Amino acid sequence: MSLLEFARGPGLEWSLIILVLGVFWRLLGTLLLRKKQDFSQAKQEATAGGAVRTVFNRFWPKPQFTLKISFTLFMAYVMHVGLFVVVFFYAPHILVIEDMTGLSWPGLPSGMIMFAGAATIASMIALLVRRMTNPVLRTISTFGDYAAWLVTLLPVLTGLMAHAHMLEPYETMLALHMLSVELLFVWFPFSKLMHGVLFIPSRAQLGAAFERRGVKI
Amino acid sequence: MTDLKHEVIEETLGQSLIKQGITRRTFVKFCTTVASAMALPPAAAQAMADTLSKAQRQSVIWLSFQECTGCTESITRSHKPSLESLIFDFVSLDYHHTLQAASGEAAEKAREQAMEKHHGKYILIVDGSIPMKDGGVYSTIAGITNLDMLKQVAAGAAAIVSVGTCAAYGGLPHADPNPTGAVAVSDIIKDKPIINIPGCPPIPVVITGVLAHVLTFGIPELDEHGRPKVFYGDTIHDRCYRRPFYDKGLFAKGFDDEGARKGWCLYEVGCKGPVTYNACATTKWNNGTSFPIQSGHGCIGCSEPDFWDKGGFYKALPQGSWGTAEGIAAAAAVGAAMGIGAAAMSKTHQKSGDS
Repeated sequence: MSLLEFARGPGLEWSLIILVLGVFWRLLGTLLLRKKQDFSQAKQEATAGGAVRTVFNRFWPKPQFTLKISFTLFMAYVMHVGLFVVVFFYAPHILVIEDMTGLSWPGLPSGMIMFAGAATIASMIALLVRRMTNPVLRTISTFGDYAAWLVTLLPVLTGLMAHAHMLEPYETMLALHMLSVELLFVWFPFSKLMHGVLFIPSRAQLGAAFERRGVKI
Repeated sequence: MTDLKHEVIEETLGQSLIKQGITRRTFVKFCTTVASAMALPPAAAQAMADTLSKAQRQSVIWLSFQECTGCTESITRSHKPSLESLIFDFVSLDYHHTLQAASGEAAEKAREQAMEKHHGKYILIVDGSIPMKDGGVYSTIAGITNLDMLKQVAAGAAAIVSVGTCAAYGGLPHADPNPTGAVAVSDIIKDKPIINIPGCPPIPVVITGVLAHVLTFGIPELDEHGRPKVFYGDTIHDRCYRRPFYDKGLFAKGFDDEGARKGWCLYEVGCKGPVTYNACATTKWNNGTSFPIQSGHGCIGCSEPDFWDKGGFYKALPQGSWGTAEGIAAAAAVGAAMGIGAAAMSKTHQKSGDS
């Protein structure tokens, strides 16, 4: 079995199993935790609407913070939007998703995907430099932060290299790309990358708690 | 008879060609075509012509094992007789049971004579895989198993050329479940230089080009699968005329849709061009007329090891064996059970902490 055959076969299968198992484990394990009783008097009732609203309005900071965090905000948006475009609009990726789910949609030209991928990498490097140079950020950063950064960067980098045929042979590069994605799948549920799922319940929970306290959300 | 043959062999190739009415001009044209096909510098054509014309005709023994004769059909299927057929003037093809006039014991005798006379000097060309199961009984020639004949003939060969994917990597007979236990030449012979010219079948000019290279400059540079880099250095995808459509994201979704009619990239209908190393997109077939992708079908990757078992020909390259929906559902169920269990344990722990 060649590296590519492993990556396309058992590697992909087992990494997906670990991803799904891990996500359900952590998600249910967190959601079903015992709720802490709040003995304070509610200023107003916490509603589902408030919880859902918080999930969405936290996509953009409050006006008083916008300028202060503009660098991080901009870079984080470039990184996430770039990643979204690369993952969901590159034709071969759509084929993989179609293979698994039966869902399909039109892809974007390779040039645009390359641009989005390059922008993602550039923004990730900028964010890493900031993390390493800002004294506060550097202090609170752990191995998990750097590992999550690397595990996210590798699929984008190897994907761009495979597409551009930068390292020959192509199939080795393709296999490395797929293996890096599989590493991401395995790493995802057990790391800070899980924020990709947990951001929804955590924001909703925060929104509900804030609403109860009468905070404008 | 034997002496006559000996004389023919000792005559230089140049003399032999003149006798057959092939002019120096035609000969140099052949060398130029072969040299340019292999991307050799212009001076190489002249060097090739000089070397070849002074060389003696190389004795070649061609063994056909578990095969379909497609490779022989390919090398003989020449639309320009002055080109590919010339190879039969360069070499003394002492044994080839499809092409030779002799049959039965006379044919086998020709092989034995050539083996004896040119021991250590002849080139052995093999097409077809070698069955190993049950003592190799699934393919025999003159009562000799392919395995025994290969070992016998390979022992006195200067070099071996495995023509076609069957000889190079086992090919179709080797495909799962491989009922005859078919293997490649390189799985059996370990002590001789082996050049693989895979393809199902290989391109005629690639076969003749590699042989010309062996005769003039020796064994060409090979890749990790034993293929000459001059012909197998690039992927089909790298040299495909439909590549701009791939880069623009324009794909045929079927063989009769608008994309197919407009000649868009066949990646989504299973083209294996990106992972297939061969010269089809540049040298093409039928005297440079076309190649599979040009006639509307994706590359099936026939020059790659185990191409038959690498998923479906119509399955797009990135579509892997990701498992089954049941497998993923089971993972979700197990994960959910673990999550519920973890939460329950945590609750118990929290409660005991409260009291």
